[in-house]
Amino acid sequence: MEATAAAAKELTWGGGKAKPFSASYGKMMIWFFIMSDALTFSGFIIAYGAMRFKFLETWPIADEVFTHIPFVHGNFPMLYVAFMTFVLIFSSVTMVLAVDAGHQMKKTKVAWYMFATIIGGAIFVGSQAWEWKTFINGSYGAVQMYDGKIIQFVDASGHQVTLDSFVVTHHKDREQHLANNGLWYAEEASLPIFTVAEVSEAFKRHPELSVRTEKINFDMKSKEILSRDASLKYLAEGKAVITGADLKVNEYGKNLFANFFFFITGFHGFHVFSGIVFNIIIFFNVILGNYERRGSYEMVEKVGLYWHFVDLVWVFVFTFFYLV
Amino acid sequence: MAHEAEHTSHTALIWKVFIFLSIITLVEVVLGIYKPASLHLSSFLGTSPLNWIFLILTLVKAYGITWYFMHMIDEKKWFRRSIVWTSIFLLCYLTALLLIEGSYIDGIMSPYTKWDY
Repeated sequence: MEATAAAAKELTWGGGKAKPFSASYGKMMIWFFIMSDALTFSGFIIAYGAMRFKFLETWPIADEVFTHIPFVHGNFPMLYVAFMTFVLIFSSVTMVLAVDAGHQMKKTKVAWYMFATIIGGAIFVGSQAWEWKTFINGSYGAVQMYDGKIIQFVDASGHQVTLDSFVVTHHKDREQHLANNGLWYAEEASLPIFTVAEVSEAFKRHPELSVRTEKINFDMKSKEILSRDASLKYLAEGKAVITGADLKVNEYGKNLFANFFFFITGFHGFHVFSGIVFNIIIFFNVILGNYERRGSYEMVEKVGLYWHFVDLVWVFVFTFFYLV
Repeated sequence: MAHEAEHTSHTALIWKVFIFLSIITLVEVVLGIYKPASLHLSSFLGTSPLNWIFLILTLVKAYGITWYFMHMIDEKKWFRRSIVWTSIFLLCYLTALLLIEGSYIDGIMSPYTKWDY
C-alpha cells in the first residue's frame, strides 16, 4: 500500500503519515466490523448450544435430518453439506488469489478470480436454498402428540418409513377452510395428507412397524424405539400429522432445532448474498479500471476479508449443526 | 509487515493452505459419516472423543482461514491481539455461562418429562 500512501495522504486518518498499527482506516474498520459480526454470530450459535444442552435428551440427530442429495434417492448424511463446505472454501481460495493478483497489479487476473468467487458464492447460496427446501418439505412425516412430542415410524430393522408407504387415506369429510368457502376474513393452512386416525388404523394393520420417540438412548446415541404395546399407547395421544418443518412444527423432533436452523443458516445465507453483491460491485470496479487508476487494489482486499469471514462462520455452522 | 513481499506472489502458499483445509474437512466428513463406535460412544472430558476431534479441527480450520486467507499473520501484533483476544475472551465467557445454564435447566426439567403413556 506504500504506492497509495502519497496519493491518499490526506485521506488516511488525517494525521499525516502516522497510521495506527500500520493499517489503513478502511482495513482497520472492516476488521472491527468483522469482530462485532463474529460476536453476533457467536451469540446465535451459543444460544443454540444453550437450548441444545437444555433439551439434551431429545435434541434431533443431525445425521437423520440432513440426508438428501439432489437427483438421487437414498440416505446420504453429510455429503451435501460437505459439498457446500468445499464450494465455500474454494471460493475463499479464488478470493485470496484475487487479492494476491491485486498486490501485483494484474487487472485481468483479479477480474477472473473475482468472477470465480462470485460464481462459487452463487452455487453456495443455491445449495443453501435447496437444503432449506428439502428440510421444509420433510422426508418421512411424523405425528405430533398433544403435549408437543414428535413420534416417528420405523420398520423392524429400525429404519424410518414414510407415512405414504403404509397409511391409506379415506374419503375426507373435511375441506380446507379458505377465504372463498368459509369465513371471508379467515383461512387455514393446507390440511395434512393424513389424519391421525388413519395413521393409527394403518399402524395397527402393520405389525412390523414401531414408534420411535424423541428420547435419545445415550449408550447407543440413537433415538429410542418402543415396543408395539407402548407404540399404540403413544399413538393414542396423537394430535396432528406433520410433514416437513417450519417455524411451528418439525417432523424431525424439537421445533427449536428448526427455528435455530432457519435463523442461523438464514442469517449466514444473507451474509453470503450480500457478500456476492459486494463482490459484484468490486468486480465491475476492477473491470472499469478504477483500482488500476487509484494505484491500489485495497478494496479487493477489504471485500475479501468480508468474504473470508463468511467462510469462517460457515466452518462453525458446519461443526455445530452437522458434526457434533 | 512485509511490504516488499506484497508484490511477490504467494500463490504457492495459498494452494498449500487450501489443500490443508480440504484435508481437514475431508477427515471431518469421513469421521462424521462413519462415526467409529470407539470414538463416538465413549466419553472423554464431558463429551465423546469424536466431538473433541471435531471441535479441535474446527479451531484449526478457523486459524488457517484467519491467519493465511485473511492475512492476520501480516498485521501488527497488537492489532491482531485487539481482534483475536477480545473475541476469544468474550466467546469463552458467553459459552461458559450459557452452557452451564442450559445443562442446569436440563437437570431440573428432564425428570418431569413424561415418557410413559
